[in-house]
Amino acid sequence: MLELKNVEISYGAIQAVRNVSLCVKDGEIVSLIGANGAGKTTILHTITGLKKASSGTITYDGKDLLKTEASKIIHLGIAHVPEGRHIFPDMTVTENLEMGAYIHNDKEQMQESLKEIFERFPRLKERRRQTAGTLSGGEQQMLAVGRALMSRPKILLMDEPSMGLSPLLVKEIFHIIKEVHEQGITVLLVEQNAKMALSIANRAYVLETGSISMDGDAKELLTNEKVKKAYLGL
Amino acid sequence: MSLFIQSLINGLNQGAIYALIALGYTMVYGIIRMINFAHGDFIMVGAYTLFYTVPLMIHQGMPPWIAVFIAIVVCTVVGVLVERIAYRPVRAAGSMSALITALAMSLFLENLAMVVFGANPKSVTGIFNLPYLTIFGAKLQEKYLLTIGIGVLMMVGLQLFVKKTKLGKAMRAVPQDKEASVLMGVNVNKIISITFAIGSALAAVAALMYCSTYPRCTTDMGSMMGLKAFIAAVLGGIGSIPGAMVGGIIVGLVEIFVKVYVAPGWYEAITYSLLIFVLLIKPSGILGKSVGEKV
Repeated sequence: MLELKNVEISYGAIQAVRNVSLCVKDGEIVSLIGANGAGKTTILHTITGLKKASSGTITYDGKDLLKTEASKIIHLGIAHVPEGRHIFPDMTVTENLEMGAYIHNDKEQMQESLKEIFERFPRLKERRRQTAGTLSGGEQQMLAVGRALMSRPKILLMDEPSMGLSPLLVKEIFHIIKEVHEQGITVLLVEQNAKMALSIANRAYVLETGSISMDGDAKELLTNEKVKKAYLGL
Repeated sequence: MSLFIQSLINGLNQGAIYALIALGYTMVYGIIRMINFAHGDFIMVGAYTLFYTVPLMIHQGMPPWIAVFIAIVVCTVVGVLVERIAYRPVRAAGSMSALITALAMSLFLENLAMVVFGANPKSVTGIFNLPYLTIFGAKLQEKYLLTIGIGVLMMVGLQLFVKKTKLGKAMRAVPQDKEASVLMGVNVNKIISITFAIGSALAAVAALMYCSTYPRCTTDMGSMMGLKAFIAAVLGGIGSIPGAMVGGIIVGLVEIFVKVYVAPGWYEAITYSLLIFVLLIKPSGILGKSVGEKV
């Protein structure tokens, strides 16, 4: 279980996240929705150590993540698909995926993971020798997800996977998230596309200018008047 | 004809040395976008290590070139320490601070060497005792051919290392996206240390090759050679490993051919003119990739 308790994060004098507590239980899909600048990405960055929290605790299966070095966090089974994909543009698709399995030394297992990813994303297989920078936005997003799966994570943190994609591709990405989840991987999803995010999640949190304003069952939030008005445009 | 072949071999020998040094510049630049001006001085450290250890090897009845392994260890330690002590603390402060620190490190190492080893040049003799070889009437030193061979081997090895191994891939990944590398579990500081270690080890090999050609070490030898190798790296396209090799070979060949066929005093002017010319046509260097400023 991933648990954040009273987490506060600031950028210099500006406090970006105030007193946030949330948890993601094993096997869940939890969505974190909110407007631009609400602090969603900051929270994910703090979970994986790219950003330091000023106070509070973050634990995963009892391990204190705030005291774990950033490059060690993936060893605990936490993979992060960052906003804007962050693929390695000058490396080939295959090399990007191999980087995803950087923490594993078993070559056979890596080949197997690679095969699985290529089965799941046939487009990536077609383009495996191409440098990643030449892929389309949708393909890059698939690559980012594939790369994260290569580490064989227990929990996947996804930051705005639908950003900049056509409606058709957004559907596809959400379909992939569902598939990944059905495989037994826990998902913490950060999204601006609240409708999609709520429709696939078990539970959700609504983040408003750095603090959580609502939380609960995702289906209930979908019908909540305030959520409808503020995030679903209804 | 024999003069041409001889010059060609001499030029390739010189070029292989420059290429090995240029690799050090280019690797460090490739990973942290910083010109390590102290890199040339690592060669000086290697050369003095050879000066002290070659006689020991001879005394022990071992082949003198075995001393290069000691030089590799010494240079690697110096390179990694310089990065750890001087460069890492200023890394977050921007490229200007890094540049000034590197220049300061270069001056520091040279002056430290003067205190430790004295200002008089030292001579390193008898690293390779190999006969001459006659091809097409040209009398060639076998050790030059050996140097070229070692150089090619090192470059091919390095290229394979960077392309094929996990560490090599991490070395390429870090400059492309540092955050993503961290998320993949790459310890960025460790990768930077390894890069400095490899660059410095190559400097030690370059020192061996240099000393077998010019058996003389001075405390400022590194900055002079470093400058030419730096030019080679820029000419070939800084950040590119094949570029460093191509640049090194070109600078070496130009130096020897100008010395032989034009006039000895002209080679630097011509080398620099060539650099300006290439940069005017292709600012990123011969094999460099032109990258727009990232926002």
